[in-house]
Amino acid sequence: MSLISHVEERRPAVRAAVRTVQWLTLAVLAVIGIGPLYMTVKGAVSPATDLIAEPLQLWPGDPRPENFGTAWNDLGIGHYLLNTLQVVGGSWAVQLVVAVTAGYALSVLRPRLGTVIYGAILATMFVPYTVSMTSLFLTIIDLGLVDSYWAIWLPAGASAFNVLLAKRFFDALPPELFAAARVDGANSWQLLTRIVLPMSRPILAVISLIAIMHSWKDFIWPLVAITDPAKQPISVALATLADQAPQDILIASMAMALAPPVLLFLVFQKYVVAGLGFTGVKG
Amino acid sequence: MAFLFLIPAFVAFGAFSYWPMIRGLLISFQETNLVDPATWVGLDNFTALLRDPLLSTAIANTLLFVGLGLLIGFPAPLILATVMSTVRKGAGIYRFLVYLPVVIPPVVAILLWKWFYDPGHGLFNELLGLAGLGPFPWLESPRTAMLSLVIQSTWAWMGSTVLIYLAALVTIPAELYEAAQMDGASIARRLWHITLPQLRPTIGLLLLLQLVSTTQVFTEPYVFTDGGPENSTLTVLLLIFRYAFRDGDYGQAAALAFLLAIFLGLLSTIYLRATRSWSSA
Repeated sequence: MSLISHVEERRPAVRAAVRTVQWLTLAVLAVIGIGPLYMTVKGAVSPATDLIAEPLQLWPGDPRPENFGTAWNDLGIGHYLLNTLQVVGGSWAVQLVVAVTAGYALSVLRPRLGTVIYGAILATMFVPYTVSMTSLFLTIIDLGLVDSYWAIWLPAGASAFNVLLAKRFFDALPPELFAAARVDGANSWQLLTRIVLPMSRPILAVISLIAIMHSWKDFIWPLVAITDPAKQPISVALATLADQAPQDILIASMAMALAPPVLLFLVFQKYVVAGLGFTGVKG
Repeated sequence: MAFLFLIPAFVAFGAFSYWPMIRGLLISFQETNLVDPATWVGLDNFTALLRDPLLSTAIANTLLFVGLGLLIGFPAPLILATVMSTVRKGAGIYRFLVYLPVVIPPVVAILLWKWFYDPGHGLFNELLGLAGLGPFPWLESPRTAMLSLVIQSTWAWMGSTVLIYLAALVTIPAELYEAAQMDGASIARRLWHITLPQLRPTIGLLLLLQLVSTTQVFTEPYVFTDGGPENSTLTVLLLIFRYAFRDGDYGQAAALAFLLAIFLGLLSTIYLRATRSWSSA
């Protein structure tokens, strides 16, 4: 963090230049970060005529908060949000179960062929699932899972990155604790639930955040796997509604669709920024 | 006993990662329509694929998206992260703002931008009009549609890249900068001779990740333009999607996916080779 030193920053010319660049950057970030969100809220409460006649006005003269109610009831936004909640909740649970059990087995129990199994899991990172999407769809048909949320939940579990995070974290736990618990007669299940998991809250939080954000943002697989319009998550439904709904109601729907993740980010931003910045790339 | 704990992983990775990969390879040599039993057809899917005039369009468009993505989307986060690393007070607000677009669900973000891009009453043309510029057709012209997709996509994904660069910038030893400064190196020289070389592994990795993810671009062309106008935003993944889920031609879709997988594998191999030669150099 010391490209520019404290001593240098006391020189007026350097200080002025650095401050100017920093403030300009902040202004640009504010415009591109908050600008679109502000426009969404403004557009959501604008009458359709204002959207066309006065796109640049800062706030509508005659705000229409009832647009939210119309979107909620007429377009079924509440229903689709509930679908998304189910999709996200299940994917999150499956990802945690797979990451914790696999990480625990490979790090603490260390079976024979453990390194081979770990390598095979990590290798899947090199083949993105979009590439095998077609055959994944045929697999879902064979298993009779089309239009069931299991079609999204189960494949979500195959995240090598989660297993890597869990295993690395468990690797760093003190092995003496495991030995002591064994001496006290704990079996593998008790060792996991009473010793390992209580110490693993930080990594569980990081995996949870990555899992939730990833599944909230996923589009292509829910689009393929859920063909019943009544079961679609909000992202897929919005892509269809975009061609049918009036502009103001559509924008109100979009505001409601982005509110949950943005609020979640506001509350947990410290963890999101730290977790995603330091652990990698899946956003 | 340990294998009991590995059952969830075996099911998840076996049934939903390895089996689809193997199966994708198999059905690219088969005729499958979900009704009749699959039949082996040799290389028919691949020859049909090569005969489709849309294939070269899709490849060219995808390369254009990847190339424009590099041109616009690769330097921006690096510059932003470097500026942000010099901020001492209020660094949190920068990070919050830069990551905000990343948490917006892609479909919502794209529909929002579609509204901004509207040539008639869209925000962008109205704003540029104040400066006497435009009006621009954005998504409506084959000449500017792909560029419009890249600009939105850069905005949407930049935040996560910035945070990774920031994390790497923090780990650069302060002594390096101090020593250079004592030798009288200017800020620009320090940036060029210390910051950039120290970031090289991170830059390389993020380059690979960007290439791999932009090669698979789908949501942007699907929601923005559905491949139009005049197929100018038809990408490889969109073509796979159409073969499989519009035409029901799973074999041809799998054949193209197979070629895409080989291409992505080649990218990763080149990357691994390059990083190995860097670390031995």
